[in-house]
Amino acid sequence: MSTDQINWTALVVFILFFALVTVLGFVAARWKAGDLSQLHEWGLGGRRFGTIITWFLVGGDFYTAYTVIAVPALVYAVGAYGFFALPYTIIVYPLVFLVMPRLWAVCQRHQYVTGADFIHGRYGSAWLALAVALTGLLATMPYIALQLVGMQVVIGALGLGGEGIWGELPLIIAFVILAVYTYASGLRAPAMIAFVKDVMIYIVVIAAIAIIPLQLGGYGAVFDAADKAFQAKGSGGLILAPGQFVPFATLALGSAFAAFMYPHTMTGVLSSSSGDVVRKNAMLLPAYTVLLGLIAMLGYMGIAAGITVKSPTQIVPALFLKIFPDWFVGFSFAAIAIGALVPAAIMSIGAANLFTRNVWRTFVNPNITPQAEAASAKLVSLIVKFGALVFIVALPTQFAIDLQLLGGVWILQTFPAIVLGLYKARLRPQALLLGWAVGMVLGTWLASLTGLKPVYPLVIGGATYPVYIGVIAGAVNIVVSVVASALFGVLGLGHGSDQTQPEDYQLTKAS
Amino acid sequence: MGEKPDKSSAPWVWGLLLPYIALLWLPFYNAKEPAIGGFPFFYWYQFAWVPLTSLLIYLVYRKVK
Repeated sequence: MSTDQINWTALVVFILFFALVTVLGFVAARWKAGDLSQLHEWGLGGRRFGTIITWFLVGGDFYTAYTVIAVPALVYAVGAYGFFALPYTIIVYPLVFLVMPRLWAVCQRHQYVTGADFIHGRYGSAWLALAVALTGLLATMPYIALQLVGMQVVIGALGLGGEGIWGELPLIIAFVILAVYTYASGLRAPAMIAFVKDVMIYIVVIAAIAIIPLQLGGYGAVFDAADKAFQAKGSGGLILAPGQFVPFATLALGSAFAAFMYPHTMTGVLSSSSGDVVRKNAMLLPAYTVLLGLIAMLGYMGIAAGITVKSPTQIVPALFLKIFPDWFVGFSFAAIAIGALVPAAIMSIGAANLFTRNVWRTFVNPNITPQAEAASAKLVSLIVKFGALVFIVALPTQFAIDLQLLGGVWILQTFPAIVLGLYKARLRPQALLLGWAVGMVLGTWLASLTGLKPVYPLVIGGATYPVYIGVIAGAVNIVVSVVASALFGVLGLGHGSDQTQPEDYQLTKAS
Repeated sequence: MGEKPDKSSAPWVWGLLLPYIALLWLPFYNAKEPAIGGFPFFYWYQFAWVPLTSLLIYLVYRKVK
């Protein structure tokens, strides 16, 4: 590895902040101290997080490092279409406001740690719970891998990347650190680090949106430059082509429905101290959406700054390197890398909770002690993270990106069972399992037909509408679930036992 | 079933559908003009719906609390 391309000032600042966060990760174990040999303490922070911590925690794991890299990359490459992330992260919150407090309430009353725990209790079906758990695990793995991609991009931009195992070493070191403090501190570690990470990201973005347009002649000039570039290229644009309306809207809608079905976002919600905290966060989390929209603007700023990159994912680091002084480059890159650690930690914890509760305890060792349960989750969190690391080091990056796309389609198939289950209409578990299976197969099949593009050209009445595959599969899933449930009722199949009472879903004044 | 009336299904909750309509129906805002501060309509309209959605949720929150 040659050392002459390394940006030393940036690297020193980067390492400094990374070290600070590592110390915090270990200190976190003592914060709001609980018995970390209990799963709900290790994996949900003891359900003790108030409005502000939850805001940082959910903000930190929903708006990830990969977002900071990928959203501007898409905007840089195609323009307005990349902005679907904005409607997506707006319309998700009315849904969170209505649905998630009910989930929080029922999970708190029955000591459910995962969404699949709720499914098991609500429908009395270990198999439906297993389906939900496996879907969560499957969707989370490539998501963790993508956080590594985000980290890889900034490490490469510092001049540390390169070929072979030495080139991957910085990434491996960063990840081992992450794995060890998550193991030791559980959800408290990312909760504490999220605070630092978010403050850093806010500083970086505010600096970027204030300073960069000044150098480029204002926002009008930035938009004009981008417009000209798209016209010269002959594709993309500042507004959508009419043919992009349906894919834009369905991607936003489907992504919003999928967002809080992921184990990591659900873990963030369930670790809140009350349902009211969840409601307040639905109101306050859109602040991050403003941030995301501004981050998306970095794509246009990259065009206006005249930057050309080999891969669009390099646009944000390349822009920062061109515009910011070295020390602030180091700070910004540290913010992005730490921004990868927070979601990666929460994702591995969410996955570990699922495996331990809904696979291991249900199917392998029902008599597991609480201590053994927490120990198992800690171990699984390590395995999941190292799996993601091997994934990134050994396989092409595109593989993780493709799988993450499928992950969104898959996780959406758990929506009917979970969300409909929170309301009065309780469909039969066998029907929901059938709907889930049909949705999974259909979604995967359509994605393979399009060569792993997110939208499938649906022909309705002679006209062709490209619709987000997750939405197509999800709609079919719901129809199959409802129809099959009615049919199974006629055939005399039972509903399965229900542990929950209607009032379990209500937030009482006291909570 | 002896269930308490579920307050979250009260009628003004339907107001929360507004952001969905406003943002998913593209003909409403797929335009460059009028621009504000250099931002084409497409962009500032989307940004504007962020605080508007927070406000809507707040209004409903006040009702259901």
